[in-house]
Amino acid sequence: MKRKRLLLFLIVMCFSLLWIGPLVLTVINSFAPITKGESDTISINEIRDKDEEGFTEISFLLEAYSLEQYEEILIKTPVYLNMFWNSVIITVSVVAGSVIVSTLGAYGFTMLRFRGKELLFLVYIVVMLLPLQVTLMPNYLIAGFLGIENSYLAIILPAVFNPFGVFLLRQQMKVLPEECMEAAKIDGAGHPQIFFYITLPMVKSGIAALVMLLVIEYWNLIDQAIIFIKRIEQYPMSVFLARINKEASGISYAAATFYIIPVLALLCYGHEYLKEGIGLMNVKGR
Amino acid sequence: MPNVSRKRHHRQYAKAFPVFALSISLFGFSIFYLIPFAISLVYAFVENPVQMNFVGFRNFIELFQNKFFILGFKNTFIFMAFAIPLSMISSLLLALALKRLGRMGNLFSVIFLIPLVLPSATTVQFWMGIFADKGVLNGFLHRFGLEGPSWLAGSYTMGVMIFIYIWKNLGYNTVLFLAGLHTIPEVYYSCASIFGASRWQRFSHVTLVYLTPTFFLVFIMSFVNSFKIFREVYLMQGEFPHESVYLLQYFVNNTLLSLNYHRLVSAVYVLTLVIVLVVVIAFKFEDRFSENLSD
Repeated sequence: MKRKRLLLFLIVMCFSLLWIGPLVLTVINSFAPITKGESDTISINEIRDKDEEGFTEISFLLEAYSLEQYEEILIKTPVYLNMFWNSVIITVSVVAGSVIVSTLGAYGFTMLRFRGKELLFLVYIVVMLLPLQVTLMPNYLIAGFLGIENSYLAIILPAVFNPFGVFLLRQQMKVLPEECMEAAKIDGAGHPQIFFYITLPMVKSGIAALVMLLVIEYWNLIDQAIIFIKRIEQYPMSVFLARINKEASGISYAAATFYIIPVLALLCYGHEYLKEGIGLMNVKGR
Repeated sequence: MPNVSRKRHHRQYAKAFPVFALSISLFGFSIFYLIPFAISLVYAFVENPVQMNFVGFRNFIELFQNKFFILGFKNTFIFMAFAIPLSMISSLLLALALKRLGRMGNLFSVIFLIPLVLPSATTVQFWMGIFADKGVLNGFLHRFGLEGPSWLAGSYTMGVMIFIYIWKNLGYNTVLFLAGLHTIPEVYYSCASIFGASRWQRFSHVTLVYLTPTFFLVFIMSFVNSFKIFREVYLMQGEFPHESVYLLQYFVNNTLLSLNYHRLVSAVYVLTLVIVLVVVIAFKFEDRFSENLSD
């Protein structure tokens, strides 16, 4: 029995190397000196070793270590930091707005009783399940109508009102013990007090999960930016990273590492919340 | 009786706050999703948005005659038909393994979540290094005297995309399955053992049966997430992809950028209809199964 578990452990460990590999290689290669490559090769070939036949080889050790790449993106060329801030602005606005709208919306859905409520919630769920390319169409039309099609608002506002957050938090509010609310009412608390002092503290973990899922989604956004943002200096770094890779300017690994750090820190810190959030969808809301 | 007292109770409470709370969300949801979506239906039945000539179903007929739409539809369908079942099976296996590993399994589940947070550009950079013509994989094959194919522009391209999809979503689905596995009481297993069930029987009669709601959920999430693979495909293949990975999203993006409204809207409505249909069928299946479960 023990031996079998050890075997299982080793198998899973071998597999997990493939899942952690891209991260490790990116971080290691970010400490390589900058090599301006010929334009006909893809950037991955330039920094990693090649064997005599010209095939890419994976090596976990570099011939030389330097901070040149970091110097380039952090100090010499301010455009990279600019892109980073673009991403921060978009993600923080989406997260802040969405948390406010979703907690309130979920509270309304939990507390109110009216005809057609469940039908309305079903509409929320259906829109939540539609792929981005489908919801981009109404987003695009309304952005043109409101005249915000070339600004971040065209990305941020639809994201803030995306039904996903309402769905996730309602799932959690639904299972809160009713006695707490009843007790608060008897003590003379109104709805605002119940919301701020009872419901919000009780769904803290749900909010944390929502924040994690939103950050993952919008830190890496690509499609919306391609559609709505026309000026390159306004691109978030997620789109710009792809450009850097293509230009093969030799700094893509440091740029990627720098960009990964915030989300990776969030994953390490909040993975329990993330799992709880993913698990929350398991409680069916119908 | 309790119903009456509850009603009276409610009347005493000013509902202004919850009404206000819900209306914020509802207002934005209507403005950015519902209303434009509803209004755009008009576009699907007119020749162009300026003149508003009613043309009936011609836009839809033209859509189904458009060879790029058909190609995109076909490729997206093929992608899902392979990617979703394979992804579900592999994540179930991993979840079972991680559950047996206990606390260690918990640590591993974080590692398997890493691809979820990696920027798509980084993911793509790594896998291009592996699958490029002069990439790691072909270098490996070369050592054994084999000539590797062109993974990223040929008949294997779809397979590579399916692989990357599975790789990326494995952690997410595994966490869903783990959550589902933890809801099955241990008693069921010991009960089955007492009645002499073999390990396979315990798996097929207890685990699989009580995981039905989770299967449903993982299917829905995999279906939704399978549209997101477009990010990676787009970054790998650029604006002009290999024919076999011309996904529906390419078609939608291109019509959006070329401002071809009536084609865009009719395509979006067809797609929405298909998605709602899939979800409704999945819900129905799930209802049928959970009825059996409670019997």
